[in-house]
Parts: sequence; C-alpha cells; structure tokens
Amino acid sequence: MFGYNGKLLRVNLTEKRSSVEEIPEKIARDYIGGRGFVARYLWDEIRPGTDPLSPENKIVIATGPLSGVFLPSSGKIEFGTKSPHTGGYADSNMGGHLSSELKLAGYDMVIIEGKSEKPVFLFIDDDRVEIRDASAYWGMGALSSEKKLKEDLGEEFQIAVIGPAGERGVTFSCISHDFGRQAGRAGVACVMGAKGLKAMAVRGTKTVPVAEPGKLLEKSRSMYRAIYEIPAFHTWTPYGTADITSFINENGAFPTKNFSRGFFEKAGEITGQKLREKIHVKDKGCFGCPIPCGKYSRVTYKGDTRYVEGPEYETIALVGGNCLIGDIAEIGYINYWMDEYGVDTISGGNVIGFALECIEKGIIPAEAVEGRELKFGDPDSVLYLLEKIVRKEGIGEILSQGVRKAAEILGKGSERFAIHVKGLEVSGYEPRNAAGMLLAYMTSDIGAHHGRAWAITYDIAVGRYEVKGKAEKVIDLQHIRPVIDMLTVCRFPWIELGFPLEEYEEVFKFVTGLDWGWKEFKKVGERVYNLTRAFNIREIKGFGRKDDYPPKRFYEEPLEGEGPTAGQHVSLEVLDAMLDDYYSLRGWTKDGRPTKEKLEELDLGFVSRELESI
Amino acid sequence: MKFKLNEETCSGCRTCQAICSLVHFEKVNPKLGALKIDAHFPEPGAYTIRHCTQCGACAAACPLQAIEERNGVYRVVPEKCVRCGACVDACPHGVIFLHAEIPYAVKCDNCGECIRICPRVALMDEEGEVANDVRL
Repeated sequence: MFGYNGKLLRVNLTEKRSSVEEIPEKIARDYIGGRGFVARYLWDEIRPGTDPLSPENKIVIATGPLSGVFLPSSGKIEFGTKSPHTGGYADSNMGGHLSSELKLAGYDMVIIEGKSEKPVFLFIDDDRVEIRDASAYWGMGALSSEKKLKEDLGEEFQIAVIGPAGERGVTFSCISHDFGRQAGRAGVACVMGAKGLKAMAVRGTKTVPVAEPGKLLEKSRSMYRAIYEIPAFHTWTPYGTADITSFINENGAFPTKNFSRGFFEKAGEITGQKLREKIHVKDKGCFGCPIPCGKYSRVTYKGDTRYVEGPEYETIALVGGNCLIGDIAEIGYINYWMDEYGVDTISGGNVIGFALECIEKGIIPAEAVEGRELKFGDPDSVLYLLEKIVRKEGIGEILSQGVRKAAEILGKGSERFAIHVKGLEVSGYEPRNAAGMLLAYMTSDIGAHHGRAWAITYDIAVGRYEVKGKAEKVIDLQHIRPVIDMLTVCRFPWIELGFPLEEYEEVFKFVTGLDWGWKEFKKVGERVYNLTRAFNIREIKGFGRKDDYPPKRFYEEPLEGEGPTAGQHVSLEVLDAMLDDYYSLRGWTKDGRPTKEKLEELDLGFVSRELESI
Repeated sequence: MKFKLNEETCSGCRTCQAICSLVHFEKVNPKLGALKIDAHFPEPGAYTIRHCTQCGACAAACPLQAIEERNGVYRVVPEKCVRCGACVDACPHGVIFLHAEIPYAVKCDNCGECIRICPRVALMDEEGEVANDVRL
C-alpha cells in the first residue's frame, strides 16, 4: 500500500505490552487515514456504553497518507477517543512534527488501551517501543515536561504531552506538542490522564513508500511555487490566525462578554498586527509548511516573563473578547498558563467567561470565590479561576467539567448562557448573525467547533440572515473538512490563501497510486460524517434532534452592545427550518438519524445493523 | 557555491530536508536531508541551521579516499565507501551521516534544491547563482 506503512501499533498500558498489526487495505481505501481511521477504529473497538474514563476506553492516534511527505503543510495528526467532556465522539488534531515522525517510525496509527497504575510515557524509537516510568514528569506543566523529555531523550524526539489539567481530569484539557501546538478539543488529554499516560515520545528514521516519487517531487515543487505566487502568502503569513481579528469584529461576529455581544471595542488592541508589534519573537511552522501561522511570543505580566506560542485567533476571541481582556500581552500571558497547565484555550476561555457572568449575576456567590471581587476584563480574575479549575478546588471542581455540567449543577437559569452544543463549548465566532456558522456549530459531530465547517465567510459573502442554501453549504464543508483531516494536511493553504483543493488530487495519486478526485474524496467525507453521527446515537442515550440545538441565548436574546449586529438574533423558527433542510438533504430522519438506506449507500450497513439492535 | 543563512526567518518547517531526500534518493524521508535544523524552545525561541560548508574535513578523515573534491564540492563515491564513520566523527557541523537505508555516507552535494524551495528565504546562495523561488 503506497502512502502507508500499513501498520498500527497497539499499546496496552494495563498489561504493559505492545504489538504491531496490519491495517487492512479496505480500511485504508474506505477511510483514507487520520480522522477517518479514528472514526472507524473507535466505532469498532469501543464497546457501546463504555465509561470514557475507564480502562476500556481507547485513544486512537492516526497519521494519513500525506503525513511526512514533501508537500505544503502536511504536518497534521489526529487524536480520537470517546469524550469524557461530551460523552460522544471526539477527535482533535494538531500540527507540528509528530505526524511525520510517527510515520517515519513505521506506523500509521497508535491505539492506546487499558490503564497504568503508575504514571508512564510511551517511548517509540522506530521498532523499539517501551512503556517507561513517567514519575519524574508527572505533575509538571506540559511545556516544562516537553522541555525535560527533550533534555532526557534528545532534541530530535517529538513529544505529545499532557499537563496537570489532563492528569487531574479536567475534561477540557489538551494534548500539547512542539511548545505550542495542541490537540485541544473535547478532552482527549483527560483520557490520557485517566490512563496514567503522561506523554508519547517518538523518533522515526524510515522511508515511507510512495507510488511515484519522481512525479511527487515535481508536483509538490509546483505546489510550493504556486503558493508563493498567491498575494496572501505575503500578507497573511506574518500575522497567522490572528490576522482575522479585526475582520470578525467589524462584522459583529466577535464573541464578547460570554457571547452576549458580537463587537469588542478593544479588538483593535488584540489583532495580529499588535501581536507582531508588541510581543512577537519568531514565526514557527509545522512540518512542510510554507505559511507558518505559529507566532512565538514573549510576554510580561506584573514582572513575570514567559514564552508562549500565540495567542492564536481562537485564544484572542475566547480569552480576549469573551473575558473582555483587551491587551495582547495579557491574553498571551493567560495563554501561557493555559498551555502550561494543558487547558484548551477555547473551552477554557468560554468556561471562564461563563463563570464571570455567573459571578456578575450572583449565581456563583462571593464566598465560593473566597470573597474575591472577580470581574470581566481583569486578568487576575481569569488566572484565579484557571488555577481553581486545574486544582479542581471549590468552584473550580464544578467548572472543570465544562459549561454544560457546571450549568446543571449551578442552575438558576445559567444553562441559558452556558455556550455549548452537545457539551462542547462554542469557539470563536458569534453565530447569531451568521446562520450557516450557527448550523455548522449545531450539527458538528464533536460539539460546537468551528473547524468542522467554517461557514462564517460564506455567511458574510452571501448574506448572513439568508437561510436558503446554508444547509447545503454546511454539508459540503462537512464533507470537505474530514478529507483534509484524513489526508492529514492543514486547511490553511485552502482557507486562508485560496489554494485550490483540486491540487491535492494529483499529489494523492503520486503518493498512493490511486486515481481519485474530490467526488470520491467527498464520498468518504460523507461516510465518516455519518459514522460519527451514528457513534453519538449509539453512545448517548436518546441522542437526536434535541442535541443539535444551541443555547437559548443564541435564539432568544438579541446581541447587546455596539457593532453592526447589535440587537439581532436568529429565531427558533429559522433554526428549525435550517435543521429540517439539513436532515432532509443528508437523508436523515426528522429526528436527525441516518436512515438505513443512507447508511447502506455509504457502505455502512454494519452500522445500520448495530443501531437497529439498540 | 556557499550557503548564506538567514536563521531569523527560519520557521523550522524542514521543507529543505524533505526535498533533499526526494531529489537525491527518490525517498520520502526527511531524515535523509543533508542539512539539519535545530530547534531552541521554549527559550529563546529560535531555529539554527547546520549545513555543509564544503570544508573538506570529511575527505581528510576518510581512510579510503572515498570522498572526492571537484570544483570545491566534496562528494562521496558510493563504491569506495564502507560506512566506517570516520567522516561522521570529523564533520564539524554534524551534517555527514550514516543511515540504515543508504549503503554509503550521506552528505550535501551543493545542488541548491533546498535554497530554491525554502519558503522563508532562510537559505540563500552566497554567490547569487541559485535563486530562491520566493520573490520578496
């Protein structure tokens, strides 16, 4: 199988042993790699009803056919599990150099099973695989542990590591790599922590077999050259994801004060330009990437200086706008601590924004925060809550489970402004004035995450309140994005530079030998989207249409404050109409279940049979 | 040809290593790239580049005269090399190396492919003979 090693490494932490297994060719053809492998292996290997924090849950780590290949931005790796944060399907990807390293070590995938009583880390050096004692690293921050692991093993080892948040069971903890790349969403790190797995360290030196190396060289070289000719190569790259801050704010879609507003008057202070001007140290890229979005920075807050990669746009939105922090260095400083503790900055900023609103409304009483006066716009308040969450002390214990569970515990109407879908906190786009983006959040398989279908630019282009055509667009994006995550390339050359998706067809052919086009790719995308929907139906009791609704704030409360979208919101009727349209186009029932016919059409007959038996 | 470096712009992407292995060995294996990128994180946040300066220390150390110079470029003669590793120990930059898949020592032959492809113009040609594909 060209483009693959054809091997998965299975590691059982209970029995302290590992084995190498073949990956069947049919699986590679039907699921491509990365996110597709994660979806299929989780469906097959996790027993229905498994407790996410039990030894029976598994973590699937997968590369794709383009990992490690000379090709623009081919550095992504996927992590998946049954989520302790949402109870449903979870995958999260990150860039850096781990994907190519694991591929060169001779594996397409790693599956982690069981649980170690003592802290361990997984050591992979080509064929040498060991489960090693991690007591020297347990309790250390994610960035500090990576530094120490590199000192102990060698700089060339690529490390994925969790921080204290993952160790202690914060359900929105993240996996960290390369001092600033994170697989952050839906709590894969929390499952690592529950398994006693602090880190994975990988070194690989082997060649990945490809079908036509000569043609691959020519094709990829022309792809780099084409990227160099795109104007945004020069204008976007210096600022990375933070480049979009002003655009989103000016369009009234910037999450502000726990999603009560769409416009932040201090947004001009937290742009990519301000980052570059005030705190930037280095542009930092992932494997093969010509457009390094990583902005490595140095920040000082109250005399304490720290190095942090970022802040990225999502952190700027959720820690900045959503907590009313209007200073790029302050956001960077909070970002540092979230990275060091190993907390997802998206859920982290969202949860803390929620907590600050609860405090403002008296739902969290002063005595629950040791009598402190915590408020929006105050970095110390954010840092205080963050530390409580990581320590799981007092109010932190409640907040450490995310906004959905915190609102269930706190009550008093707080569920109205617990900003999540399916238990996953909404990321950095205020969707009340962007019907497509809202539908994308609602129907995202892992819960509200922008990366599953980034429809906001389409909304702005065609008219935000226009409902017609939005479901169709969201579905199309939901079939393209899994493919990018299955090939394990980065979406940014396409999304940010407008690099044509068709370019990947030829390179895929020269790597795998398969003459596929986007028609075939999208079919796999649809297969995976239906499979993960089925996973949620299997694992979450009574899962269906009701799980696709956003918080009431989004359809009952008009946006407050200033900006072009102030006073506006989407109605429940519009939501229902979009959902009906979406389900019907997908071939799902009105309750959001894939029909038997649809599943069979997608070669998912085995899924249909299992769902019928529930 | 000699390299000129602009390490401040290097973003650590290793595209140079990826193209090097494909050009010389038709292999997808960045570890066969004949130049090395060292990352310095978390502090101070920098990348440094190690490359062959064609200094000839490898050739001087080779007991079999398996590394020959022509026009200022030192090349390994595969038929003569027995992978003894003397050159590896002698290289002041750590950029000649042995790899399990290649039957002779691997080093830079000054082809300039890495300079052409570098997205950051971190690698340049001191004599101006090899242009980078990125137009600044």
